[in-house]
Amino acid sequence: MHTGFNRATLALSAVALTLTGFAGPAFAQRDPAYEAARASGKIGEKMDGYLAIVGAGDATLRQLVDDLNIKRRAVYADKAKAASATLEEYAFTAGCLAIARTAPGEKYQAPDGSWQTRGNGPPVRDPRCP
Amino acid sequence: MIAVYLTKGACPAHKPPMYGGLRTCTAAMVVLGSMLTGGCISVNAPSEPIVIELNINIKQEVIYRLAEDAGNTIDENADIF
Repeated sequence: MHTGFNRATLALSAVALTLTGFAGPAFAQRDPAYEAARASGKIGEKMDGYLAIVGAGDATLRQLVDDLNIKRRAVYADKAKAASATLEEYAFTAGCLAIARTAPGEKYQAPDGSWQTRGNGPPVRDPRCP
Repeated sequence: MIAVYLTKGACPAHKPPMYGGLRTCTAAMVVLGSMLTGGCISVNAPSEPIVIELNINIKQEVIYRLAEDAGNTIDENADIF
């Protein structure tokens, strides 16, 4: 199942690259729908390294979040194995950094579990975060 | 007058009504049962996500060790972060 998914993802990526003519060494950018959902605070960064819908979402948004979280999990799993860490440890570390990198106006999850809007100052993060 | 039973008496056609302690006990059980099944206890799904501290065992030293690697991973996968 995973192999099938990865193959499909690779194929899609190849098609996307061909269509957009984007073949440079620079890294792929966020999908516009994802970027817009982040900017408007519909999607937030959780402490555990995954995304979540803030408030009431619709099916399209859920699919977007699920898709990104599946891809994140696959990346975490690979990298965690290479670093001799657990998936949760690696994902949590990435969550720390992802929250630190949120732009003002974006949502993130504070250590008490509440959703916060990133201001101009540093975000409220778990004390273990680097 | 003293009744004398020459043969073994048959079971009564119907059971006599309960009274006293037995009746109270049964009534209490019926009330308790209806409370349990009758919707007196309702569980509503919370609107906010439930946060379970599964991350409590993650050590700070591990996070610091992984930080640089995780930062690179985010940069390399900018489309999903």
